[in-house]
Amino acid sequence: MTEMTYRDALNAAMLQEMDRDDSVFLLGEEVAEYDGAYKVSRGMLERYGERRVVDAPISELGFAGLCVGAAMAGLRPICEFMTFNFSILALDQVINGAAKMLYMSNGQIPVPIVFRGPTGAALQLSAQHSQACEVYYAHAPGVKLVVPGTPADAKGLLAAAIRDDDPVAVMEGELLYNVRGEVPDGEHVVPLGVADLKRSGGDVSIITHGKMIHVALQAAGQLAQDGIEADVLDLRSLRPLDVDAILATVARTNRAVYLEEGWPFAGVGAQVASLIQQEAFDDLDAPVARVTQADVPMPYAKNLEQLAKPGAKAVVEACRRVLYLG
Amino acid sequence: MPGGVGAPEAEGSPDEGGIAGFSREEMHALLAEMLLYRRFEEKAEEAYAIGKIGGFCHLHIGQEALSAGAIGPLRSDDQVITAYREHTQAIAKGISPRAAMAELFGRVDGCSGGRGGSMHLFDPSVGFYGGHGIVGGQIPLGAGLAWAIRYRGGDQICLCFMGDAAVNQGAFLESLNMSAIWQLPIIYVVENNGYGMGTAFSRVSVTEMESRSGAYGIPAHTVDGQDVLECYRFFEALAEEVRGGDGPHFVNAVTYRFRGHSMSDPVSGTYRSRKEVESQKRERDPISLLRDRMFEAGLLTPEELQAHDDRARELCADAADFADSSPTPDPATLYDHVYAEVGDRGRLFLDGRDAARAAAGGAGR
Repeated sequence: MTEMTYRDALNAAMLQEMDRDDSVFLLGEEVAEYDGAYKVSRGMLERYGERRVVDAPISELGFAGLCVGAAMAGLRPICEFMTFNFSILALDQVINGAAKMLYMSNGQIPVPIVFRGPTGAALQLSAQHSQACEVYYAHAPGVKLVVPGTPADAKGLLAAAIRDDDPVAVMEGELLYNVRGEVPDGEHVVPLGVADLKRSGGDVSIITHGKMIHVALQAAGQLAQDGIEADVLDLRSLRPLDVDAILATVARTNRAVYLEEGWPFAGVGAQVASLIQQEAFDDLDAPVARVTQADVPMPYAKNLEQLAKPGAKAVVEACRRVLYLG
Repeated sequence: MPGGVGAPEAEGSPDEGGIAGFSREEMHALLAEMLLYRRFEEKAEEAYAIGKIGGFCHLHIGQEALSAGAIGPLRSDDQVITAYREHTQAIAKGISPRAAMAELFGRVDGCSGGRGGSMHLFDPSVGFYGGHGIVGGQIPLGAGLAWAIRYRGGDQICLCFMGDAAVNQGAFLESLNMSAIWQLPIIYVVENNGYGMGTAFSRVSVTEMESRSGAYGIPAHTVDGQDVLECYRFFEALAEEVRGGDGPHFVNAVTYRFRGHSMSDPVSGTYRSRKEVESQKRERDPISLLRDRMFEAGLLTPEELQAHDDRARELCADAADFADSSPTPDPATLYDHVYAEVGDRGRLFLDGRDAARAAAGGAGR
């Protein structure tokens, strides 16, 4: 194990995979000479040259499509979006292209591509730069989606995504890049579809993904001061979704709160709540609660932004509510 | 070349009696090929009318010279990607009329197993990468195919077709720019039939088609898309230039669509006059143009023409019979090919299927 930042863990995953497979290349805005807008690709141009580490023009639709086309031809592109906010420009190529190609072609044309970059809000970046994009991707059959919340998972899930033969979106967190953690040395691959119980409690389940695991853990710490022990289940992968792990934690605690950074309407929590009521109805002692961003575009003003973001306080309240503690 | 058409010899080997360097056999082959495309589309039209084909169906009738003349000169390992008016292009690249027709019928022997339909014909084994339904969506994909060729150091090229309306999409502009930056081995071909669905190009552009690539430093060319001999020679030479490292090129191929935009659109409609369509059909039919040149040069007899046409009709009738007798896809395959890799952890399908499989003791949770 080595302690490193989330940023360096992502970098390590790309080196690990690019060293072993020449068909993997990195293409995106500022990834080469600039070392990445968030320095995730630091040193990669020097190591692999401009054939495999490529600065793209600001043409999200175009370069995402180019990467999908390269994947159709059997290469394994890592297509970096400076943020997933900008990938909304590219969604035609993701949804109509990458996600559907294998199906439309009756299995003849796999698209082994990774789309990666940060999702969600950072600090005072305002409406257009602060949104969680998970559901845009998870909605479409044909796409896989992982959301690492720790440096170890960042390395392991990105490596798995690169090796996967399907389009995989890897959604990172701008505020996570400097987070440090222990990361396994050498080859490290975390399989898709496996959740991770980040904290074992037993009284209530906080189910979440990505950056929000840190908010969940903070809330769990506060609840512990009142003698309430929470499970914190990090889904890590939204599609495939580790339903067994969700059902297991609910069976243990009988109470569930879904925490996510995105908006409530048709959110990840809506899907998970639906699953729980379908398949674990008899385990529930309370309705599933959801904590999301306020249902508004992200405001700029610091105080409003704080109000709009899902925080530990809201999670604690939701946990108390499902425990009928008022 | 598929359909029994032999590739013409390189320039400079005209045999006696040919036109523009094409031998008699080569011209017969091109004529036969275009007749095949015409009859195929007519057969599709017929099948659509009796409900054998559903959904959208866009016919290529009137534009056959481009399939024969642009795809014909390519190597079998070159790549073609295109939009949704692609039946004859698929056949030109090597998909059999049977496999193409079965796809239109939504049958299991279709080149996309019945999952794609008229707009999504695929067969990468012959270098045909679809068949795409979003106007302009195939253009970045084509750039990506060309990127992969360059990445691997190959000497293939990619031919990327689009309709005239696609040049107003951002995907087109972005792809041209990237192809120029990276000098990709790709030829962008606009099948300029004058109308994006029912909107004349002149109503949605203040510049001429040929000027559209100049801002990106990509050479532009205009060819007569109704003259198969001109197209063939032009693309034969251009393909070799691009193969040799000349970077991307842009071709405005002037053509005309003799049918409506799709089967649900009348032939003339509100946006173009019957007179215009009739005059184009009379004066600019690519098959008639070649036929008449061959007649005039004494290279074709009415009997030979009839024989080619009979053969084309026979192949298309066979294709339709084959399609009609091919089974519909097995309902058990509904979920096949959504993902290439279905692991044993986690659910990929959220509609209850994986839950049912898990409850039955299968994988999928």
